[in-house]
Order: sequence, then structure tokens, then C-alpha cells
Amino acid sequence: MLSRIANTMYWMNRYVERAENYARFMDVNFNLSLESTPDAIQQWKPLVVITGDWDLYESLYETVEKEKVIYFLGFDPQNPNSVYNSIRHARENARAIRPELTKEVWEQINYLYYFVMEELEKKSWKENDPRLFFKKVKEGCQLLYGILAISISRNDGWHFGKIGQLIERADKTSRVLDVKYHILLTTPQAVGTPFDLAQWAALLKSVSAYDMYRKKYGKLTALNISEFLILDKVFPRSINFCLIEAEKSLNAITGNEGGFTNTAEKQLGKLRSQLEFTDVNDIFDSGLHEYIDTFQKRLNEVSTAIYDSFFANSHQQTSLNIENQ
Amino acid sequence: MNSTLKPVLSFQLHFKNMSKINFNDYTIKGFYDEMFNDTHDVRPSYELFKKRLEKVSWNKLNFLQHSTDRAQLSLGMTFNVYNDNQGVERILHLDIIPRIVSGADWDYLSKGLKQRIVALNLFINDIYNDQKVLKDKIIPKELVLSSASYLKECIGLKPPENVWSHISGTDLIRGGDGKFYVLEDNLRCPSGVSYMLENREILKRTFPEMFEQLNVRPVHDYSHYLRDMLESLTKVSKPSIVVLTPGIYNSAYFEHAYLAQQMGAELVEGGDLVVKDDFVYMMTTYGLQKVDVIYRRVDDEFIDPLVFNKDSLLGTPGLFGAYLKGNVVLVNAPGAGVADDKAVYAYIPRLIKYYLGEEALIPNIKTYICAEEQDCKYVIDNIAELVVKQTDGSGGYGMLIGPHATKTEQDEFVKKIKNNPRNYIAQPMINLSRVPTLCDNSIEGRHVDLRPYILYGKDIKVIPGALTRVALKKGSLVVNSSQGGGSKDTWVLDNK
Repeated sequence: MLSRIANTMYWMNRYVERAENYARFMDVNFNLSLESTPDAIQQWKPLVVITGDWDLYESLYETVEKEKVIYFLGFDPQNPNSVYNSIRHARENARAIRPELTKEVWEQINYLYYFVMEELEKKSWKENDPRLFFKKVKEGCQLLYGILAISISRNDGWHFGKIGQLIERADKTSRVLDVKYHILLTTPQAVGTPFDLAQWAALLKSVSAYDMYRKKYGKLTALNISEFLILDKVFPRSINFCLIEAEKSLNAITGNEGGFTNTAEKQLGKLRSQLEFTDVNDIFDSGLHEYIDTFQKRLNEVSTAIYDSFFANSHQQTSLNIENQ
Repeated sequence: MNSTLKPVLSFQLHFKNMSKINFNDYTIKGFYDEMFNDTHDVRPSYELFKKRLEKVSWNKLNFLQHSTDRAQLSLGMTFNVYNDNQGVERILHLDIIPRIVSGADWDYLSKGLKQRIVALNLFINDIYNDQKVLKDKIIPKELVLSSASYLKECIGLKPPENVWSHISGTDLIRGGDGKFYVLEDNLRCPSGVSYMLENREILKRTFPEMFEQLNVRPVHDYSHYLRDMLESLTKVSKPSIVVLTPGIYNSAYFEHAYLAQQMGAELVEGGDLVVKDDFVYMMTTYGLQKVDVIYRRVDDEFIDPLVFNKDSLLGTPGLFGAYLKGNVVLVNAPGAGVADDKAVYAYIPRLIKYYLGEEALIPNIKTYICAEEQDCKYVIDNIAELVVKQTDGSGGYGMLIGPHATKTEQDEFVKKIKNNPRNYIAQPMINLSRVPTLCDNSIEGRHVDLRPYILYGKDIKVIPGALTRVALKKGSLVVNSSQGGGSKDTWVLDNK
């Protein structure tokens, strides 16, 4: 497969995953804001912080308000990671590799693009309830996953796409978990209160983990939730699961069955096996925030290693495609 | 007509009109109309179509047109306007009223097109090899060798089957006299064939019952023929075939992606390719993989910065060298454009006679060559009556329609012609034939041309269909997409 195409496939999937995650984050946060009554800063600032775009937000807007944050994360053409831009980039990437995709995949991604364009034009963040927008983005992305799954051969392109999706997902799950840290910074007195409980439940919902978590653990505790989202082997949005599956896809591409044949396999394998032998108590001992911070650095290294191993000789300008910092 | 991309996910009727379509108010206004004759009687090939259409309500017709726009967006049939690297994507407006060509007309055109493409290829091959045609003074030597598309790097070249332009599209028009003429040849990278194919797919959904009854000749096998033809040009068995595109911001990108996908070929950009020891490879995740045939949609001057435009970022250094060594096939061959230069055009009937000993089946339009003194004087004196074109221009750019131009515009062109006569030709203004076209809540005649597509490998195939381009602006004769043109599906009937 052309290196450029592999790279484009990887990024197309990352952007779709990013858009879906942002939509879910906002949906859940919006729900939460209807019941609890902390001020908008406590409620919405952490959401911007975890996306890594707080500096950009601050440079564009003077205050933190619900509507502004929703605009910034959902629609803002100036935010390279907004849902609008993520969908636009996903579609731009898809257009560049149109012959690799099926008609159904292309039409769905193209539909999403026109949908977000139309919503931007309609200024739908100004609506009392912007959740319909989030819902439609989520559903649109999920439909796309389904169409990909039933119409794309499990060739290298598929696996590169899968790796992109899984790395993005692992990154976003880790960021969601970190949101607790940022909220606690502003309201340390809230630990253990109903507000705290609602926050944990919302956090689980942000990554569609609430139901599966309840089934496994019942009670909401910080320790268990962290264990579930970081270390669970069978929940599809846990960090561990994402890395296990990404490694499988990587091995499918290289045909390798043990050890490593390039730096991508080495880095990913190392990170995955570290998780395998980690206990959630170790994580809490060293500090959850610090742990997540280190993890994100490692994950970025994996991403770089994949680039070096497979895409480095492709000529495409990668300025279009960006990691969340 | 606003064809800029606007979200069109929802359809809103601006008015309700349940009355049925009729052509009672339609007038041909003294033009040749493809649907009606001089006495306003429907022509035989449109009879059934008219009957069926008159059962449709205005509401329904508007809805069908809307669905067509939507289908185009959904398929991604969009193009970026030239020199616009970012935003503006447009669709080429597809008018749902088809252009219907009778079987008899088509069969004649098809013969004429084959005759012409054979002669043109013999001409190109002659120019780059023996130059007999120049020695016999059939066409002035300076005129040919001064063409911007003449590449001295191609002297002595013998492409597969001695064919230079394997993939071509010829612009035909029908004049007021009802006769077809050749307006120009496109021998380099003719575009639009994807529109011929996709327009058909869309119209089959729009008017399924008409297709059932009308016996329209199919076009869908074009991409099979294309692939077969490309494969036939190399001795390599199971050759690796790629389509070379300038990238997603090129105005014809949709077509490049579409053809690659339809043929199952790899779509590559210049930077995906690398030349080593005069062989061409693409850079894959497993290393280098050899390429055998390149259907290139990058213009001659950009394919190889070592030989042609050295600033080109679209090309691949060494590509032309690999081609000269015979290690890769380029389709079309570089240099083929020498025969579609608009000044050379004027000589084509004579070239057909010279190479084939036959009269041209499809005539040319009378053409004045400004490089020739007498013609030049005539053009300057009669500029208000003439259409002036740049000899290396395309896309409707750099032309003057005398009768529609202001005095200042005319004077400007006279100056340009005097400065560089070689660069201009002129033709009498032809009133292109018209086809009924859906305008805002009415059906009016609009001028059209016809671009059929020809594949030339071991044999010649003229696909029974074409891109009909239509000038959407009232009274306009310019059908180019860059100048407010749209398209129509072209139905070639299977009658005689």
C-alpha cells in the first residue's frame, strides 16, 4: 500500500474518532450542567483543558461560558480540533484516498461533512438544546464505523485505519479520566459529595462506559473506575483494550508474530505490556494525573514511531493532521 | 445559477405547482433545436420522451432536479475552481433533461471520429519521426514547430502501436444548418468522461421508466475498455497500472479518483513515485513497487522537473527518462498536444486527405489563422463578427466572442493579435444547437456542444455516449464549466 494512503487512512479514522468523542464529551457535560449548579468555569473549563486547546481558547475568548465552549469545541473554524474541523479533515483525507474506500463509506463521510457545514451555517450552538447536533454527529460516526466494518476488506488500509482509531480512542479515554483531576483542582471540598458522584457517573458516560462498568463493579469508586478505564481487557474503550487491538493490527500489517520488527512494534508492545503488569493501586500511589501525563507522552512516541516506520517516505504534507497536545 | 456548494440536505418547495409539464410556450427562436424542428414538431428521437415528460408535474420535476443536485454532492462530484487552493468546491450543474442523439446520427459521427483520430495519430507520429508532412508542405513547418505543445524531447519516439493519443475527447457542435462540425480536438488529458458515466447513473434513477422504453445504448463499460486498453500497451503480464493526479485541489480530481477506483488502479501523486535506474516505482509501506503503465492526468510540462518545468512539484524526477527507455508507458504520450493546437486544427481536413486519402466525414469550422498575413488582416477587419481563440488556450479562457463583446474588448484583442499573431485563430460565430433545459420554473432552449470519448489501443472504441455541455446563461454560447456551463446526460438511441 502507498505510504501516503496508509498515512491518510490512519488520519481519516483518527479524525472521525475525535469528532465522535468530542460530541459525546459535550453531550454528557451539557446533561450534567442541567442538574448540578457550579459555575460555568468549573463546569466547562476542564473540558477545554483536556482537549489540550486551552491556550487557543484563552487567546480567542475572554470568558468561559457554556455557549462559547460549545461553539469552540463543536463548530469553531479557528479551532483545528473542533468537531466541524475534525469532520472536515476526515472528509479531506477520505477524498484523497477515495479509490481505497467503498461508495457507501464515502457517501456517509461526505454526508457528515455537509451536515456539519449546514449546522455551522444555521448557528445551531445558539439553540437552547444543542444536544441534537451532538447526537447526530455521534450517530453519523457510529454509522460510519458500521459501514467500514461491513464493506472494507481487512487489508493493510483497514489495519492502518484501525490503529489510527484506537490510538485516538486511548488518548481520549485517558484525557477524560484526567478531567477529574482538573475539576478537583477547582473544588477540592467536593470529594465524596453528590456532586462528586455525578461527576464520576458523567465521566463514565463520556466514554460510553457507564452500563458496562455498573455490570462489572456496581458501586462507583475512583479506584474501580480508573481500573476499568485504564486496565480492563475487554471493554472496547479502555486504554488497555485499545492498545491490545492496535498491536494486533500492527502485527497483521507486518506479519510478525512475536518480538518486534520495527520501532512502531517495539514502542507499542512496550507500552502495552507495561499496562499488562500494572496494578491500579500502583497508579494511585504514583498519582493518577502524573500517570496519565506519562502515558500520553508514551502514546505520542508510539504515534511518532508509526510515522517513522511506515509513512516517513510519503510525500504528503502532514501539517493538515495534528495530535492533540 | 448558483452552483457553489451549499448544504442541500433538505428540500423545500418554494411554491407548489401541480400542473403538468408542457411545451406549449417553448420556442426555438430560429436556432437549431435538438428536440423540435422548424415547425415546432417534436423530432422522432424525442417523441417518447416528450410524451412521458408531459405526464410529470412541475412539482415532481423540480424535486427530481433537486435530487440530482444532491446525488452529485453525495457522490463527491465536485471540483475546485482554478487557483483556489482551499474552500470553493462546486458541482457541475447537471440538467435533468437529456440530450438525445439518434442512432443514425451517432453511427455516422462514430465513423467520422475514428477517421479523425487515426489521421491525427499518424500526423503526430510523422511530426516526431519522418516529418514527411512538412517536407510535402501540407502544413507550414514553422506553424507546427512553433506550437507550445511541440516537444523536441520527443523526437524519434515510438510509443506502443505508434499511437500517441490513446485517450481523447472531441468537441462537436451542431450548427444552425443541422450539421455536425468538429470544434476542437482534445488529445492530451481530456476531462469529463466521469461525468458521462455518473450522469447516466443519476439519470437512470431520475427517469427509470424512460430507460426501459427508449433503448438507450449503455456507456458503463468505458472503464473496462480503459483498463483493457492500458494493459494492452505493455508486454508485462499483470501490469501495475496507476492514475497520476496533481492532487485533490485539481479541478478534475473527482474524475481521477473515480477512474482509478473504477479500474481498480492505484491513484498516485508525483511524490508517490520514484525513479531508480530508469524504472518507476511507487513508495509503499513495504518499500518500492514497480509501476508499468501510467495514465497521467498531469500536463506534459509538469511530469518531470529534470526535463520540463524544473519548478514542478507535481512531477517525478527521471520519469521521462524511464519512459524513453521503454520501462514505463505514459498515456497519453507527451507531445501529443502538438496536434490539438488550434492553429493546426485548421489543417486537419487536409491531413486526413494526406494520410488516409479520404474526405473528412465530420467537417471543420472555417478557421482563420492569424499567423498567415491575409487571414490576420481579415480577422482584424472583421473582429466584431468573429470568435477569436488563443491557439494554446482551453477551458473557455482567453477567447473573444466578437458579436457579444464591447468595442474596448475587441480593440484589446486586436492589439493582442498584432503582438503575437501565432497565438490566435478566429472562426465565424456558430449558433450552437439548443436543447430544452430546466430553468427557474420554465423550460427554455440553451446552447449545447457534444464531447464523445475515444479509446485507441489495438483497436478504436467510440463509447456511445458523451458529455453534453450546456451554456446555462440565457443566450450564452460558452459551455465551459469554468464559465457557467453545466452538463446533460447524452442518450444515444439504439434505433437507426
